[in-house]
Amino acid sequence: MTDNTNSTNEKQQFYRKKHKEEMKHHVLTFAMMIAFTLIAFGLVLAEVSPMFTIPIIIVLAAVQVLFQLYYFMHMNQEGHEMPALMIYSGIFAAVLTVLALTTIVWW
Amino acid sequence: MADDMLKSTNLPQNPERATLEGRNKFMGFWFFLGGETVLFASLFGTFLALRNSTAEGPAANEVFGLELVFIMTMVLLTSSLTSVYAMYHMKNNDPKKMQLWLGITVALGFVFLGFEIYEFYHYVNHYEFGYSTSAFSSAFYTLVGFHGAHVAFGLVWIIGLMIRNAKRGVNLYNAPKFYIASLYWHFIDVVWVFIFTVVYLMGKVG
Repeated sequence: MTDNTNSTNEKQQFYRKKHKEEMKHHVLTFAMMIAFTLIAFGLVLAEVSPMFTIPIIIVLAAVQVLFQLYYFMHMNQEGHEMPALMIYSGIFAAVLTVLALTTIVWW
Repeated sequence: MADDMLKSTNLPQNPERATLEGRNKFMGFWFFLGGETVLFASLFGTFLALRNSTAEGPAANEVFGLELVFIMTMVLLTSSLTSVYAMYHMKNNDPKKMQLWLGITVALGFVFLGFEIYEFYHYVNHYEFGYSTSAFSSAFYTLVGFHGAHVAFGLVWIIGLMIRNAKRGVNLYNAPKFYIASLYWHFIDVVWVFIFTVVYLMGKVG
């Protein structure tokens, strides 16, 4: 196949633009993760009631992890059906494990 | 292996998944991450169940200092972003910048590991909070130490890749290798997010 240099170049330019857009999302994601971390530490330092603090910081952690998975680990891109299946099966088993260990095993 | 796999010109949009070998690595690695999730869950579950069993040793809110944990969190979060930058330059076929950002990631990883070693040293020597002090301390050192071991392994892995490919460009053969190492590094960060929340922050709150 003879390469058409012009259209290859255009393609590379297009990819670069796509990658740049992606990178912008990554930086935004990073800023949000830093913000969530600051809120979590702030809540603990402010010594708000534990009944309020603990659920909030766990939710903040879960959201941060979703950011990591979907943006930094690219699960928002297409072709990630199997990774989603794997990681959600893992999370499912993980939740069962934590529940079992905290409620029954070392009661 | 086909020769054109080693060519560095005209990479496709996602070079890490352009070959069958790359796709297999990608799939297999996510399978592994699913298993790692369960492995860490068992350590987290154990820690949560035993975190109040202090056996008259120091309790969580006596030993943990949030300043150090905050710095460690920022260092590891930033290293996650720098490895994203490395992958950005990999996809743009810029091996020099990729190596540079991987180098920064590794440096941050070493800083994190250094803080963690200092932290453990401090706990053992200033609080007499050793591995066998209580069920709480054993669970703590096992969970956090296992994460630290993952960081150490990731550092060796990324440094190995950097050295092996120092004089090569990005191609369809090594792009999946870099990509998977960066996935691993993000996963380490995912685990740390739960460690700083569940172990340190919840330990401080009580």
